[in-house]
Amino acid sequence: MSIATTTILLYALLILQLVIGVRIVRSRDVFSATMLTGAFSLLGASLFMVLDAADVAFTEAAVGAGISTALVLGALALLRFRKRGPRRRSRGLGFVACLGFFVLWLSLVPQMPILGDEHSPLQTHPATADYFAFTAEAIEIPNVVTAVLGSYRGFDTLGEAFVIFIAGLAVYLLLGSTRDRPLEPERHDANG
Amino acid sequence: MRTGSPVVIRVITKQLLPLILLFGLYVQFHGDYGPGGGFQAGVIFAAGIVLYAMVFGIDAATQVVPRRVLLRLAPLGVLIYAGTGLVGLIKGAAFLDYNALDPAHPSHGQHLGLLLIEFGVGLTVTSTMLLLFYTFAQRRPPR
Repeated sequence: MSIATTTILLYALLILQLVIGVRIVRSRDVFSATMLTGAFSLLGASLFMVLDAADVAFTEAAVGAGISTALVLGALALLRFRKRGPRRRSRGLGFVACLGFFVLWLSLVPQMPILGDEHSPLQTHPATADYFAFTAEAIEIPNVVTAVLGSYRGFDTLGEAFVIFIAGLAVYLLLGSTRDRPLEPERHDANG
Repeated sequence: MRTGSPVVIRVITKQLLPLILLFGLYVQFHGDYGPGGGFQAGVIFAAGIVLYAMVFGIDAATQVVPRRVLLRLAPLGVLIYAGTGLVGLIKGAAFLDYNALDPAHPSHGQHLGLLLIEFGVGLTVTSTMLLLFYTFAQRRPPR
């Protein structure tokens, strides 16, 4: 993809994300806010794909748009909530906070390297060249990310696997029952 | 979740599901060459089963992948990962040093080690994600 196409796609996706983000904030219906969050994640996955980060895009599409949306829907089905929340009374403080963060981020943007800059710290740092050279020499696989995550930082990744396992175990111990329980037929009325 | 989805959704899901699961396996076992690895493969695989559960009902999904199987696979994954690390320790090298798996060809040892630990991560991620989903989807709403 040429840099012009990439830039146009990036801006299109970012504007769509902005539109959906505003809709999420303004939404007073929890169900539609959940579905919009899923759409926001799917756009994020497309964004990562345009930036050539395919593995991050997989994760965002499967976790952000898929599993977390399903988990939130499952949680919503358990809650007895008013379908529409109350109208917000005061918006002044939130508006000032958002504006403050917007100005803060905007002031930081010029310090970021531009897209595809070969002089960015990531490209010029000696560690980057080392990882590429050592992976080709000692591990002999093309995917440097896998080599870094699995071999150079295998201990970190082991910790991550344990974190996921322990988190799942904790949720199961808190909320799960000990047997596969059939669903009651009257369940579908609680579907958010 | 509820059963009785519209026929279009059921037919499309049946067509998509093998492709999703196959793509999950591709991301799992091709992670050395293409983008992805155990975590990505695990969540793609789990998302496929979650889709099945949302369309055909949670009971159909627990028949395919029962909860008791998940409860064994989740710790098995981390045990495979840590066990691969221990092999290095037993052979006199450092913990998680995959060179020790095949001292004659260290890069072959690296390939084997990466394949094993990615498989462990994939198992744990798939089963933990599905366990989370089952836990929420099978709970009764309070009365």
